[in-house]
Amino acid sequence: MIELLGVHKAFGTNRVLRGVDLRVTRGTSMVIIGGSGTGKSVLLKCILGLERPEAGLIRVAGEDARRAAREAFLARFGMLFQGGALFDSLPVWQNVAFRLLRGAMKRPRDAARAVAIEKLRRVGLGPEVAELYPAELSGGMQKRVGLARAIAAEPEIIFFDEPTTGLDPIMAGVINELIREIVVEMGATAMTITHDMRTVRAVADTVAMLHEGTIRWAGSVAEMDATPDPYVHQFIHGLGQGPIAAVR
Amino acid sequence: MNLTRQLARLGRGVLGAVAATGRVALFAADTVSHALRPPFYGREFLLAVLQIGWLSLPVVGLTALFTGAALALQIYAGGARFNAESVVPSIVAIGMTRELGPVLGGLMVAARVASSIAAELGTMKVTEQIDALVTLSTNPLKYLAVPRVAAATLTVPVLVAVGDSIGIMGGWLVGVNRLGFNSATYLRNTAEFLEAWDVGSGLIKGAVFGFIVAVMGCYHGMHSGRGAMGVGAATKSAVVGASVLILAANYLLTEVFFSA
Repeated sequence: MIELLGVHKAFGTNRVLRGVDLRVTRGTSMVIIGGSGTGKSVLLKCILGLERPEAGLIRVAGEDARRAAREAFLARFGMLFQGGALFDSLPVWQNVAFRLLRGAMKRPRDAARAVAIEKLRRVGLGPEVAELYPAELSGGMQKRVGLARAIAAEPEIIFFDEPTTGLDPIMAGVINELIREIVVEMGATAMTITHDMRTVRAVADTVAMLHEGTIRWAGSVAEMDATPDPYVHQFIHGLGQGPIAAVR
Repeated sequence: MNLTRQLARLGRGVLGAVAATGRVALFAADTVSHALRPPFYGREFLLAVLQIGWLSLPVVGLTALFTGAALALQIYAGGARFNAESVVPSIVAIGMTRELGPVLGGLMVAARVASSIAAELGTMKVTEQIDALVTLSTNPLKYLAVPRVAAATLTVPVLVAVGDSIGIMGGWLVGVNRLGFNSATYLRNTAEFLEAWDVGSGLIKGAVFGFIVAVMGCYHGMHSGRGAMGVGAATKSAVVGASVLILAANYLLTEVFFSA
């Protein structure tokens, strides 16, 4: 479904991605792990076209991402941003139904609102939340609204950028469960980037580790636990000693 | 060696300024190009009209009122040296409509609107709301910049017209109450000396200034650096850039409109 071949991306002299090769199979959930500043978010942004890679090929459903018709290409995706990225000026329901109120997927306002209420219910929020503004919500509620927005237009592919960052353990567990349920229910292809090993175990079919701009290791969760790779071992056990420098 | 280094630094500064000017010009051209092609975001446009036009009325009105009043006092004091006190109504009217109405109105809108647009869009940038727009198949330039630029270009001339009227009224208030002018004579002199082009040229300036204010606010906001410092720097650059460009554009337009 998603294929990256030799993707390079630099910011000035900082070479963030140095030849990333990765394949995500349709209908599976891949989690990308790696330390802070290793380029995990940049990788997602390159796939979406928010950043332009200097070299390499990105294909989505066999289509070259650079040559695809932009609107149709983006209509395949939903994304949950790390901080929610909800639009402050719009009430919750209009955030969720944003895509359904304009552009190619536009539908009548009442119908869009009904979809928004349904998606909010799906992520555990009642209709009373619909008219609130993002600033009136807690961090956990904002994540849920972001999740509802990501799934509102029933995308084929969903990206989750650090979905549990800033949440308490209970709320993080709830969000992890929701992500897993929704991805399975929709049959969507999912890519999640995280440091949180609980998220990895709750959400992943496959795991890939990004280190120094390349995919260091990839495999299933069971293989991750058994791998002798010292980088993966250090990361998943959170060890200070190992080949990954603790201070980067 | 030291001189070479100084020249290199100067060259880098000049090249940087030229490149920045080019980027702003391309951004402005891109915004105009998108303004002419659907989709159009009517609700965002109306909200921008409210924010930029309606809510700027008090500050523009107060600025014009006090400026017109001060102008009347200055012209009266200056005119007294040549026994030409009677020119107060006509000079206040011409000064307000041709220069002070549009320029001060433009600068006040720059202070109020360019800063608010840059801060709002800069915050949207650093909180990934602009990236979110892209993932929701919405062009940020079309959704954020076009409505604001269109609203500012259309509403600032209206603000200038209101400011002109209030400024002339400020002059009239001072003329009648402080300088001993007859009310009817003051108003008749104002109307007789004022030409349509005096007002029209000011309104055209207002449209140009409104365009500049919104473009600078949107450009700096959408290209804001990271964090609070980035948004602060974007806001400052938007206000300073818009103010300087308004004054430069005012000189150029005055040359075009009124040079012999």
